[in-house]
Amino acid sequence: MLVSISYLFKQAQYGGRHTVTLMTGDGVGPELLGHVQEVFRYAGAPIDFEKIEINSSTNSPEVMHNAMLSVRRNGVAIKGNIETKFDDPTFKSMNVALRTGLNLYASIVCCKSIPNVSSRQNKIDMILIRENTEGEYRQLEHENVKGVVESLKIITRERSTRIAEFAFDYAVHHGRKKVTAIHKANIMKLGDGLFLECCRSVSKKYPDIEFNDLIIDNASMQMVSRPEQFDVLVSPNLYGNVLSNIAVGLVGGAGLVPGMNIGSGYAVFETGTRNSGRSLTGKNIANPVGMLLAGCDMLDYLSHHRHATLIRESVQNVLSDKGVQTPDIGGQATTVEVVQAVIDEIKPKTKSW
Amino acid sequence: DGVQRLYSSGIQRVTMIPGDGIGPEISAAVKQIFAAADAPLDWEDVDVTPVKGPDGKFRLPQAVFDSMAKTKVGLKGPLATPIGKGHQSLNLALRKAFSLYANVRPCKSIEGYKTPYDDVDIVTIRENTEGEYSGIEHTIVDGVVQSIKLITEEASMRVAEYAFEYARNNDRSTVTAVHKANIMRMSDGLFLKCCRDVAQKNKDIKFREMYLDTVCLNMVQDPSEFDVLVMPNLYGDILSDLCAGLIGGLGVTPSGNIGSEGAIFESVHGTAPDIAGQDKANPTALLLSAVMMLRHMKLNDHARRIEKSCLEVIREGNHLTADLGGNTTCSQFTTEICRRVQEMS
Ligand SMILES: Nc1ncnc2c1ncn2[C@@H]1O[C@H](COP(=O)(O)OP(=O)(O)OP(=O)(O)O)[C@@H](O)[C@H]1O
Ligand SMILES: Nc1ncnc2c1ncn2[C@@H]1O[C@H](COP(=O)(O)OP(=O)(O)OP(=O)(O)O)[C@@H](O)[C@H]1O
Ligand SMILES: [Mg+2]
Ligand SMILES: [Mg+2]
Repeated sequence: MLVSISYLFKQAQYGGRHTVTLMTGDGVGPELLGHVQEVFRYAGAPIDFEKIEINSSTNSPEVMHNAMLSVRRNGVAIKGNIETKFDDPTFKSMNVALRTGLNLYASIVCCKSIPNVSSRQNKIDMILIRENTEGEYRQLEHENVKGVVESLKIITRERSTRIAEFAFDYAVHHGRKKVTAIHKANIMKLGDGLFLECCRSVSKKYPDIEFNDLIIDNASMQMVSRPEQFDVLVSPNLYGNVLSNIAVGLVGGAGLVPGMNIGSGYAVFETGTRNSGRSLTGKNIANPVGMLLAGCDMLDYLSHHRHATLIRESVQNVLSDKGVQTPDIGGQATTVEVVQAVIDEIKPKTKSW
Repeated sequence: DGVQRLYSSGIQRVTMIPGDGIGPEISAAVKQIFAAADAPLDWEDVDVTPVKGPDGKFRLPQAVFDSMAKTKVGLKGPLATPIGKGHQSLNLALRKAFSLYANVRPCKSIEGYKTPYDDVDIVTIRENTEGEYSGIEHTIVDGVVQSIKLITEEASMRVAEYAFEYARNNDRSTVTAVHKANIMRMSDGLFLKCCRDVAQKNKDIKFREMYLDTVCLNMVQDPSEFDVLVMPNLYGDILSDLCAGLIGGLGVTPSGNIGSEGAIFESVHGTAPDIAGQDKANPTALLLSAVMMLRHMKLNDHARRIEKSCLEVIREGNHLTADLGGNTTCSQFTTEICRRVQEMS
């Protein structure tokens, strides 16, 4: 599935095995990543994990430095979401720090309706590509006068062009037909205007891909009323956050869909909506599917396609054919039961390997 | 004098801006239905076509200000925004002129109009004067643009207070503040702090706070867990349209703009030039906005009768306009509503 972005990366490979960084995160992150390791073991995936305990209570420069160093060394990571304690003024988002520090400029979330998973819409098949390093997430804010805060959103031609090119390349390599740019250029004429202009000018180099644009509020409404019209979407940071959450919600929820962050040197895999699922922690009810699929995307990225496909198909069989599902998507199975069902699918298929 | 006495005897004046495209047809429909309901109000029609001032700039005609200064309440159809002429949108001009600081959009599933959701009953309250719509942008160097989002304590307090007041007056139990303070710690942080402060003073209403993205995620899965939502400008723009999408689009969602100098109620759909003048438009959004206006004026009984009649006609499904899948004209739909309103009184 991700064959074509493998050209971008660097990886630590010893005797056919890869070492990847595993960052535990908060909430259900540690348990879900534990299940990924277990499933990988049964599938015989040639991956060694370098585990870094990182979460909102390890908010020290050393831990961050070590995590960053590990990803730089291995090239690839899988992570749980790190909660941001926004009531503590000294606490800055560690997720954002990782993404900007590693220059992971593109976020990709693939949303596709899953057979036999109950949801409000069933004709969804879209790719959300989101600028991942600037826009509203630059965290440049100041309070000039008491009670008056200014927050700067930064849009640059360089990064807008880079994400637009990424989106069109992605469309070409994955047989997609249309790219839709999302913006609010009628209000933010200069900022979003620049983003839109960059998308337009990149689109000229891809005459075989249809190009259109939509305003974010209209796009959100279209997403719930006629989602089948969307193919590849490209957007600045915040709008991407909004639309990917809508799309993930429409196909069944936060526990189901994987996401990835790609840069010129590194790749970090996580769940599509980047939630920590705090309220589900330790209850054995979190849906493990999204994180398992993030693991599959990681295997594809590392060109272990056979293992990726084995696990992905097993997950799909468990969800769609066997109907073993966690409560968030209407089932009654526990996390462990879903994972066990996946392992049971995998076992007979690896015998001949 | 006599005129004054007439008004103090209960008839209130309301400013009407019929608007462009289908605006005149749907405005006429509303007037007809209000007449059938014997709603005690008088319409004062005003034209908002911009006029050229002595300085060469186009602005709203003085008649709009004069009328609103008297009535304090307006109903407005859709306005065509001239594209690419560089002048301010009329909607924005009206918003500024009357300090319309809160945009309120109730979204309730309409029985008889099928969507994947039949359990929506949400009110979005959007801060309408600042935030990402401050209009302050700079090109710092070629290819680098900074857009300023402005959040103030004053505007945040005002909209938060309105949200709780709205919840109480409309028998709502919960207000949820929507924010992104994990990323925009100071600006959204300030907005959130204001909401928390106001919540402290309104303990009869439940208060929750949630990330914008989590609201989007959960909204499309189970809208029934939401009640009243209050948020900064851009998030309100996005969520109000998202919620409208859940119940079938802008053709059926009403809206109100509440300000310190008055309130303007409006349909949020466009001018629909493709069907203008053909008696095909659906007046529901404007009519339901007018119902909000009646409630704002405390004419609750008239509001109830008109709303009930309109929703009944849609539910029964025998008289639907084309956008709702039927083949009834705007005038037939209107006549049908009038008939029921009269039966009810
Ligand atoms: N693995 C999962 N399986 C099932 N549901 C999940 C999973 N992860 C997240 N969710 C659900 O997604 C929604 C949002 O998740 P979460 O509570 O983490 O959001 P949040 O607002 O980001 O809070 P937090 O600060 O805890 O991250 C919740 O309804 C949660 O139950
Ligand atoms: N009240 C209404 N009744 C019936 N159809 C409507 C109504 N409002 C909008 N539509 C339809 O919805 C579609 C979008 O129209 P809308 O007016 O919102 O956008 P528009 O055509 O771009 O106009 P504008 O530029 O004024 O926003 C059109 O096909 C129109 O016919
Ligand atoms: Mg979270
Ligand atoms: Mg809008």
